Amino acid sequence: MSAVMITRKVRKWEKLPGKNTFCCDGRVMMARQKGVFYLTLFLIAGTCALFFAFECPYLAVHLCPAIPVFAALLFLFVMAMLLRTSFSDPGVLPRALPEEATFIEMEIEAANGNVPAGQRPPPRIRNVQINNQIVKLKYCYTCKIFRPPRASHCSICDNCVDRFDHHCPWVGNCVGKRNYRYFYLFTLSLSLLTIYIFTFDIVHVVMRKYPLTVLEVLVCFFTLWSVVGLTGFHTYLISLNQTTNEDIKGSWSGKNRGQNPYSHKNIIKNCCEVLCGPTYPSVLDRRGLLQEDSTLVSSMTMSTVVYLQKTTAPLIPNEHTPDDAKPSIASSAEKSASPKEEHPAATKFPPLASPETDAETSIAKERAH
Amino acid sequence: MAETHSLQDMRQQTAITAKVFIQRDYSSGTMCQFQTKFPSELENRIDKQQFEETVRALNNMYAEAEKLGSQSYIEGCLACLTAYTVFLCMETHYEKVLKKIAKYIQEQNDKIYAPRGLLLTDPIERGLRVVEITIFEDRSLTR
Repeated sequence: MSAVMITRKVRKWEKLPGKNTFCCDGRVMMARQKGVFYLTLFLIAGTCALFFAFECPYLAVHLCPAIPVFAALLFLFVMAMLLRTSFSDPGVLPRALPEEATFIEMEIEAANGNVPAGQRPPPRIRNVQINNQIVKLKYCYTCKIFRPPRASHCSICDNCVDRFDHHCPWVGNCVGKRNYRYFYLFTLSLSLLTIYIFTFDIVHVVMRKYPLTVLEVLVCFFTLWSVVGLTGFHTYLISLNQTTNEDIKGSWSGKNRGQNPYSHKNIIKNCCEVLCGPTYPSVLDRRGLLQEDSTLVSSMTMSTVVYLQKTTAPLIPNEHTPDDAKPSIASSAEKSASPKEEHPAATKFPPLASPETDAETSIAKERAH
Repeated sequence: MAETHSLQDMRQQTAITAKVFIQRDYSSGTMCQFQTKFPSELENRIDKQQFEETVRALNNMYAEAEKLGSQSYIEGCLACLTAYTVFLCMETHYEKVLKKIAKYIQEQNDKIYAPRGLLLTDPIERGLRVVEITIFEDRSLTR
């Protein structure tokens, strides 16, 4: 019996850790729970479909034919922004390879010196000075890296995300550096679309007294308050160059007000940086090829071999068990911010420090004093 | 091409001694910059000036990629008006600079680092977190 070497082309996305799902051979990247995203799609598409079917013919004839045209353009823009936000990489930071992780551990060991037996080692923090402000970089036990400033670990997706804003269940993805502007444009254009449909529904009801329009009016009314509120909130954050995560943790408010080192202290400059800044590339090479060799005994038939080569299904669930933490939607309307920090208690600990000495608890204690 | 082939041969003949990781420099914010501090492991391998020059050149290129200027604003606004579909056919400014950086690193490896038994890894392959320098053990000296 001789061994048969089979080289199977594997793309890097199949081996990425974290709890994301990938589609279209790695081109699309989303969170695992997509139910609320489908609801978003249904609400937007459904309401617009009703608008185009029932109101538009009447309004086009009796008011202006440009009304449905503009609505269609706005709808297409909303969908483009939604899909772009949902399907793109939010700015996930790849985990450290073993050599890099060991190097960092050695540096930490050297920095901490000798810890007397029985005492906890100090928390893993690195201090950097950014624009005359000391910023603490925390160590991520899952990704084995010191998180860059403004990065945070999303426990739902189990990834560190650069310039982490929040995990949004409505778009089924994290919102981070790479897709924040698409998210903002989505909420802004959705606000405009909702106001547009709402206005013309009212006009239609006044002109024709069509009963079905009331359903659309109701959907628009409730959507309006939440989406317009959310857009307003994010406009405020952009003008100050803050993330939702920083706002919730109160990093640059209260006694730290006016000390945000990332702000240009100029509203226009802040807006320009966030909305018209450079388009950052994804550092996760999802579609790169990993050469894998698998040896098989030749007693296997050719059909089994062919079957093994085709095992990559389009949607591959991750090996990790599903996270128990359901995406929590905050009490205030659609604020949809759940920037949960990673919980180190779940996974294996590095040999030097224990997660109780996690930087967060120490900072929280500092704040309490 | 011939030079990379010799690099692979070298890799097969020599063993990897160590890897040094040049960390990010966050003093000017979240912009991608690397520390120019000379690591002690490279002391007998390469000239300090040469190393600093390489890192400074990389820093300048990353700064160029992330520059907030009229070009990035025009690109951003144009892309927004087309609902970002323009990126299906056009390469972004950042991607163009990344290609330039890849070429520069290849060049530096061929001319300066490979002859000294070192190898620079493009930071993009490490998530723009570190510049990984692999130090190859010089078997010819130990004989």
